[in-house]
Amino acid sequence: MITVKNLHKTFQTLNGKLDVLKGINQNIEKGEKVVIVGPSGSGKSTFLRCLNLLEQPTDGEVWFEGVQINVPDCDINQLRQKMGMVFQHFNLFPHLTVLQNITLAPITLKLKTQEQAEQQAKQLLERVGLADKAEAYPVQLSGGQKQRIAIVRALAMNPDVMLFDEPTSALDPEMVGEVLQVMKELAADGMTMVVVTHEMGFAREVATRVLFMDDGQVVEEAAPDQFFTNPQNPRLQDFLSKVL
Amino acid sequence: MYALTAALPLAYFSEFPQKFYDSFILKNRYTNIVFGLGNTLMITFFAVIIGIILGTIVALVKVTHNNDKSKLKFLNAVCSIYLTVIRGTPVVVQLMIMWYIVFQPPVNLDRVVAAIFAFGINSGAYVAEVIRSGIQSVDKGQVEAGRSLGLNQRDTMVKIVFPQALKNVLPAIGNEFIALLKETSVAGYIAIQDLTKGGDIIRSITYDPYTSLLAVAGIYLLIVMGLTALLGKLERRLRRSDNR
Repeated sequence: MITVKNLHKTFQTLNGKLDVLKGINQNIEKGEKVVIVGPSGSGKSTFLRCLNLLEQPTDGEVWFEGVQINVPDCDINQLRQKMGMVFQHFNLFPHLTVLQNITLAPITLKLKTQEQAEQQAKQLLERVGLADKAEAYPVQLSGGQKQRIAIVRALAMNPDVMLFDEPTSALDPEMVGEVLQVMKELAADGMTMVVVTHEMGFAREVATRVLFMDDGQVVEEAAPDQFFTNPQNPRLQDFLSKVL
Repeated sequence: MYALTAALPLAYFSEFPQKFYDSFILKNRYTNIVFGLGNTLMITFFAVIIGIILGTIVALVKVTHNNDKSKLKFLNAVCSIYLTVIRGTPVVVQLMIMWYIVFQPPVNLDRVVAAIFAFGINSGAYVAEVIRSGIQSVDKGQVEAGRSLGLNQRDTMVKIVFPQALKNVLPAIGNEFIALLKETSVAGYIAIQDLTKGGDIIRSITYDPYTSLLAVAGIYLLIVMGLTALLGKLERRLRRSDNR
């Protein structure tokens, strides 16, 4: 479903060039739940953001559903409709109600009428237990509620894959569970997911494959039981000894 | 204390009814004020509309160019020249150039129209900078959220960034329009009888500067206070989404 070939990303900074991604090759199949872990600054988020071209790769290829997306004549807006994204800081639209947040894209892109969009939004809100918040504004919600709304907003586009960029990192500890619960249900429904997270419990429980990134490269990848109980790479062993 | 009594002779108060009669009622002199007020309000109103339209267009051009330097190069250069020239020269000079150069035959239009264009074009430059700062104050996560849902650049700007920017800059825009109302008092330079000129005409007939000029000042003050109250109301309505 997503294929990445020799992906490089270099940022221009005031101190010169910064190589964040140094040649990543990955193939993510439909239905997979890929969890990416690694120390901060290892390029996890940049990798994820290259998948829907929020970051333009410096070199390499990104393919989605049989189309290379990092070429100028590709209609990225069309493809992004099929790739939902959830951000660390939620990025809900503060000037719109919860319902409007969810229905904005489907209505603007003329994928649904307003009635259809609102009906679907209410069903999705029901599913994450926030049906009573439809008319609330984002500022009235807790962090966990905001992130669940952000997930619903992405789901309203009926995406084929969901990208999660540290979805629980900005949350108070007692709200992490409710967001992970929604993500687990999503995984159980068969959604293809790529998740950057520090939640090792989630990786162990939900992932079909765990990637360890360090210094712009995927250093190790394995099924979760293998990954956590029998890590091969010394850097991964070091990382796991610190976080587990 | 001495200076104050010298500036406003106490005898003025005992003579006030007579002065008031001479300034406003005798020979219907109040019509100078009423006619002038009409012109002042008309010039301000239409100049505000031109200012908003022009300012928004210029701000969008500049922001679009800033985000992607290859876009709108020519328009951006035109906008930069416009901002530099308009903000670098006095409005009175612009007004006189508009009437004595631009609006000369074969252009056969009223001098009030010249004033509307001069003040509108002047205001647009300041509004543009205010709106640009408002657009840039919106978190870039908002744009990323919009784009990740598949919205294009334009829809993201119109539906997500612009409404938030407008809310942020409404107080500054309000100030700009209040300043514009007061700036129109130089319209007398091209022989338009505005509110200020109306008061001045009465002064030159009666040789009593107090009654007419203080009345003019009072009318400006009342209008500004009214506008301030109105803007406060609008601001509160836009802040609805901030209420917890």
